[in-house]
Amino acid sequence: MKLKSFIIAGASALALGALSLPATAQTFTFAFQADAQSLDPHSLNETFTLGLLGNVYEGLISYDKDMNKVPTLAVGWEVLTPTKWRFDLRQGVKFHNGNDFTAEDVVFTWERMGSEGSDQKTLAGLLENITIIDDYTIEIDTPIPNPTLLNDLVTMYIMDKEWAVANNATESSSPADAGRDGSYATSNANGTGPFMVESRQPDVKTVLVRNENYWDDSIPTNVQRVEFTPISQAATRVAALLSGQIDLVYPVPVQDWSRLDNADGVKALTGPEARTIFLGMDQSRDELLYSSVKGANPFKDPRVRHAFAFAIDVNAIKETIMRGAATPSGLMWAPQIQGYNAEANTPHPFDPDKARSLLAEAGYADGFTVTMDCPNDRYVNDEKICQAVAGMLAKVGVTIDLLAQPKSQYFAKVLAQGGYDTSFYLLGWTPGSMDVFNVFNNLLACRNEEGTVGGFNLGGYCNERIDELGRIVASETDVAVRQAAIDEAAQILKDEAGYIPLFQQPLSWGVRDGVSVAQRADNVLDLRNVVMP
Amino acid sequence: MRDFLQRFFGGDLWWSFRSSPMVIVAAITTFVMIFSSAFANIVAPYDIFDLTQFNLMDSLKPPVWMERGEVGFLLGTDDQGRDVLSTILYGSRISLLVGFFSVISAMVLGIIIGLIAGYSGGWVDAVLMRIADVQLSFPAILIALLVNGIISGLLPGEAQADLAIYVLIVAISLSFWVQYARTVRSSTMVERTKEYVQAAQVIGLPQPLILLRHILPNVMGPVLVIATIQLALAIITEATLSFLGVGVPPTSPSLGTLIRIGNDYLFSGEWWITVFPGLALVILVLAVNILGDWLRDALNPKLR
Amino acid sequence: MLFFIGRRLYQAALVMLTVALIAFAMFQYVGDPVSNLAGQDTTVAERELLKERLGLNDSVLEQFSRFVINAVQGEFGVSYRMRVPVRDLIAERFPATLELSMMSAFLALLVGIPMGVYTALNRDSWLSRSFMTLSLIGISLPTFLIGIFLILFFGVILQWLPTFGRGEVVDLGWWSTGMLTGSGWRSMIMPAITLAVFQMTLIVRLIRAEMLEVLRTDYIKFARARGLSERSISFSHALKNTLVPVITIIGLQIGSLIAFAIITESVFQWPGMGLLFIQAIGEVDIPIMSAYLLLIGFVFVVINLIVDILYYTIDPRLRVEK
Repeated sequence: MKLKSFIIAGASALALGALSLPATAQTFTFAFQADAQSLDPHSLNETFTLGLLGNVYEGLISYDKDMNKVPTLAVGWEVLTPTKWRFDLRQGVKFHNGNDFTAEDVVFTWERMGSEGSDQKTLAGLLENITIIDDYTIEIDTPIPNPTLLNDLVTMYIMDKEWAVANNATESSSPADAGRDGSYATSNANGTGPFMVESRQPDVKTVLVRNENYWDDSIPTNVQRVEFTPISQAATRVAALLSGQIDLVYPVPVQDWSRLDNADGVKALTGPEARTIFLGMDQSRDELLYSSVKGANPFKDPRVRHAFAFAIDVNAIKETIMRGAATPSGLMWAPQIQGYNAEANTPHPFDPDKARSLLAEAGYADGFTVTMDCPNDRYVNDEKICQAVAGMLAKVGVTIDLLAQPKSQYFAKVLAQGGYDTSFYLLGWTPGSMDVFNVFNNLLACRNEEGTVGGFNLGGYCNERIDELGRIVASETDVAVRQAAIDEAAQILKDEAGYIPLFQQPLSWGVRDGVSVAQRADNVLDLRNVVMP
Repeated sequence: MRDFLQRFFGGDLWWSFRSSPMVIVAAITTFVMIFSSAFANIVAPYDIFDLTQFNLMDSLKPPVWMERGEVGFLLGTDDQGRDVLSTILYGSRISLLVGFFSVISAMVLGIIIGLIAGYSGGWVDAVLMRIADVQLSFPAILIALLVNGIISGLLPGEAQADLAIYVLIVAISLSFWVQYARTVRSSTMVERTKEYVQAAQVIGLPQPLILLRHILPNVMGPVLVIATIQLALAIITEATLSFLGVGVPPTSPSLGTLIRIGNDYLFSGEWWITVFPGLALVILVLAVNILGDWLRDALNPKLR
Repeated sequence: MLFFIGRRLYQAALVMLTVALIAFAMFQYVGDPVSNLAGQDTTVAERELLKERLGLNDSVLEQFSRFVINAVQGEFGVSYRMRVPVRDLIAERFPATLELSMMSAFLALLVGIPMGVYTALNRDSWLSRSFMTLSLIGISLPTFLIGIFLILFFGVILQWLPTFGRGEVVDLGWWSTGMLTGSGWRSMIMPAITLAVFQMTLIVRLIRAEMLEVLRTDYIKFARARGLSERSISFSHALKNTLVPVITIIGLQIGSLIAFAIITESVFQWPGMGLLFIQAIGEVDIPIMSAYLLLIGFVFVVINLIVDILYYTIDPRLRVEK
């Protein structure tokens, strides 16, 4: 009897000990301007969603805090022929539900990415076939030589086949399926990552807890529990950080940096993002859709395009609107992008007199009017930048009718499905693969009918030579030859002023003192690197 | 005319006006604000629509009495280097314009519908008043948000910015007409049965004309009171829509848009961008409301 | 009686159908859901497919009838953006909005009724005058401006109160409440005040006006003549008679509180239906927007119906059919 009560007492003491654990555990809270749109890693190709899920799911390769590629679910690889790669997979990795990770899961994931509801079909199409050699070895065939395959594989998040089959989630969920059969993966997750989803209320709160069985013991984080809250209003987000309710918020408006630095206990964490902000001009139509010039397209004349570039004082925008926190750029891609060459990066000079004389030369001495499309909730201070550009162009005689819209309406108008309905626009671009080919393929290449090439070349800029160079960039594995092609294209683009690159926008986070995080150039918060005091 | 003036200045209205200093102050404030914004292009130090007058490097200058302030910018500058005083003057112009025109069109619409309903009776009256009932049970702001959404959704994107002001006027007047209609309808129903109307009918005069001639003078008092109070409401509604981002664009800002722009700078210490337009809005609405209040009390003999 | 209720129900159904038509038509023409759903690398062919699957290529009539049939069954479809059934989202958000609206209604009544009574009884005292001036200022302050200044003062400068959200929430099965935790109450203070100010000023003015009317009636004059004390006249006679119309109007105001919550919720990031609605507008999330409109319409129609029936039972004159 005595022994029994002793055991019971001991057991309840143990239970108490177990219960008190979460109270001492490190809880990290953070806020972003929007929610992840789904927990399904294949349903949407969007930076934040994929970034958050990167803590729950993992790919064969991943980026470390400096954007270097590091082996993750693959331990090593070897290029067998230009179109055949062999990958050795990590052994002993378990999914959150305890299942083993094997080669079968990789093949299943690839097939799932190609399923109808997936938003990563383009990525799936970069692979032709995956062959299973044994449980922990695979061979990947690509349709053409692909020097950037490793970058592409980063966002191929591996899902457990058995789990997906058991929950009828073998196809990527599309929005139309949500809440019905087959959409289990939109609100549940089972990856191999260091954090597991504990609960999720869309747009309100998502809670992650530490995966105690995570394969990599060397990750720096000491966080046991993560609470993520979307807060869409910038002012509210900053206030939440200042009042100590949240450990990390992003993005922080650039104008609030000094306030964060002056306040006790918080600081602004900033750096250059890999997103390039640029201006584009319609060069394909014979007459602009929205302009006072009839019967001609002034943007077909390189002198007009150069005049625009000369008229814009990027440094003034940087100093005032961006509070010094932007990196003026002469290239369409950022220093963090594979293929960047610092020598080629010379920002366009500011010279309003030159702009006026070029306009006069081109026959527009009295200027003209053109409508500018601009998003107002997509990039850092996007609408303010457009307003400033309009003011600067006004000083050389060009009148801008500014049409600033929410991103949904803006993109619906200017993108392919809106028929590229724009004459002059502002856009920002981060190559998802962190390689320059993505820029060639989406922004520089002449548009084709199907929209698979040059799909985001909204102004229809087209130069045959750049297309040729793009094909070299796509498949050339000799780094020097590839770089030469990239540099030549950059020079052509600059000579023709095909686009007007402005700057790389800043990363802008606000962090509580003592919390250590790594700020990645792609604006992804990797919880592996979060260390609480 | 002299007769009218004499009646006015000798009357109760003038007396009650003179006896309340608050009302006098409100009237002067309203007049000054209307005048200075109507002639903003003369009064304001800068023309905010002429982009060549501003320099981005002048942006975010504080008011003149603060450190770093400049005499050229009395109330400081905004994020684009625009003079805040000038943006307030031009902004009040747009706010007042939207306010006045939406109240006037709501009034015209309401009077016409009220006349038709009161004069025809029967199912026409039933249908119109049912619509009015339904609409009255929804807050004006929600209706304005809806109508604004529908119209700007129907317009092509490039026309939206140019037509934003007209869209706002239509949206606000469509949400404000009901009260006029009800007031006019009940008066019409009373007048319709009077002998002189029937007599005029016998002579062959068009009845609506008679109604208009005899009813309008009778309902002008209440209609005027409704209009004054609604002017204040219309200005607030416009500001709210612009604050929520569905009103006029920042390139031709109203007071609400200015507050929205300034809201981004509240935490960074540039309080003047939002506080001054906010004060201008509150003062304007308050002055109009005081006038409306006084007018209502003065015209309602029961309250004396 | 039955005929009266039947007619009102029929009218209510007509109103709801109109609201449904507006809700549906509005979003037929605003924005483009496809470009919100697709990622930046999605190709044209994939976008087309998505459009087909969402049924956006069907005829307008087909889309509308599908919409009405589903709505009647409480099925509002699935949020384009969050990929969760709208019904669940609304069920999740409804408690937040209701708690906020109820709290502000309570605040508005608690402060508004005494102020209204006082100003009516002591029309010319300096306190009444300052109350009336205050209420004028209250009416002249746009809701969003009150919220911004409260945040600046109490949240940022003094750091006394939380500036966003509901604080810690306790889940009671189908209802989540912030009223059981300290942080929940603290989070409630500023949004509730912001939302209450306008209603409060309205109540002050309404009570004052009604009270003045009642005080002038023969009934009160008679009570005075009978020599009853001023106090007993004011409270047991005058206020009682004032409250009937006032309560009706307050009932109707609850609907408008829910609608005004859109502004308050977006300033304070309060996770209620208004915030859901405003965010849905930004993202062109059609199912959420139409569900919200239908729901608000339904609330209004039901409140109107109740008020009508109440009037019918209270006021016998209405029973004469016209």
